[in-house]
Amino acid sequence: MARITAGLATSHIPAMGMAVDLGKTAEDYWKPVFAGYDWTRAWAETERPDAVILVYNDHASAFSLEMIPTFALGCAERFAPADEGYGARPVPVVQGHSELAAHLAQALILDEFDLTIMNALDVDHGLTVPLSLVYGQPEAWPVRVIPLAVNVVQYPPPTGRRCLSLGKAIRRAVESFDQDLDVQVWGTGGMSHQLQGPRAGLINKDFDTAFLDRLVSDAESLALLPHIEYLRESGSEGIEMVMWLVMRGALGPDVEELHRFYHVPASNTAVGHIVLRPTDHHDTKAG
Amino acid sequence: MVDNAQFDDIPGTTVFTAERSRRGFQLNQFCMSLMKAENRARFKADERTYLDEWPLTDEQRKAVADRDYNAMLAVGGNIYFLSKIFATDGLSFVQAVSTMTGMSVEEYQTMMLAGGRSIEGWRSVSGEA
Repeated sequence: MARITAGLATSHIPAMGMAVDLGKTAEDYWKPVFAGYDWTRAWAETERPDAVILVYNDHASAFSLEMIPTFALGCAERFAPADEGYGARPVPVVQGHSELAAHLAQALILDEFDLTIMNALDVDHGLTVPLSLVYGQPEAWPVRVIPLAVNVVQYPPPTGRRCLSLGKAIRRAVESFDQDLDVQVWGTGGMSHQLQGPRAGLINKDFDTAFLDRLVSDAESLALLPHIEYLRESGSEGIEMVMWLVMRGALGPDVEELHRFYHVPASNTAVGHIVLRPTDHHDTKAG
Repeated sequence: MVDNAQFDDIPGTTVFTAERSRRGFQLNQFCMSLMKAENRARFKADERTYLDEWPLTDEQRKAVADRDYNAMLAVGGNIYFLSKIFATDGLSFVQAVSTMTGMSVEEYQTMMLAGGRSIEGWRSVSGEA
């Protein structure tokens, strides 16, 4: 049986990816940002899942306005880094886990989550920056990745409650897969930021801190937070944080907080990062 | 009936609704075309001719030509699509985003380094939120 062994959430700010790609992570501006991931990089060395279900949003890369799936599951064998206008990031092609993805697609749709199935998908910074933050610059990514793209570009994104429920369904689906796999779920995006209009540059540390606290211990009520609260309090692009609730839902009712990091700013954005472990079972393959 | 009036109460913010998406469809499609290197080269070589190939409104065309990002938002542009324009211009998000705030890039960066724009005074136009 497959199992969810950990959850991780992180911002996926494109400038962080560029800092890695251009070798700037030791510069004064970036050093404190990347220091927040030191713990995670060491942890990731010791805890390597067979697959990561990586919840992210596409930023007008794979999806134009011609098609706007609310939830799209990457079922392909591999996913190429997208050219977002600056040329594609110099990072490895992402290897999928198409067998588990095919199982998830079937199990989730039968569990009444009507996903879009992507058998071809280029992945942008929303997916590749988190991989860079956790795994650095390897020749090949050390994990297989199942992308789960969530629409947060055109209003409305799915509700927080729908995201939390999808996470719970992902857990059920993973646990019904008959191979012995350790699976992590990552939620990405956020935290507070606004990239448009005269209010651009908005940061709300109080909102972000409360979000992190409630994500750990009060996720059911956090999931009821209406969109308008995200938009007003955390900036128009802060609404990406609903994606963290998919990760949280996949971990079950109780979690242990292993690591947390918060920093302002990276580019226009508050950097948030958290690593969680479900507490109801620890029975990984390693024991 | 969908009521999006609550979004208009957030100051200095354009929420990209289905209605705005409908109005901005061609503008955002034009932006997507700049994801191809050969199209970026053609656009840079002759912006006017390239823009004329797209069925944009005069307002949309002018907003792009002026690189007026607030005006582009007002005519249906979405920032993730518009980012293809400033990427083509070789601008970072910080450089492009600051142009919408009435601040210089330096002032904007100073604000970000000091913790970003405070929510105080930026919650609500009506003051009711």
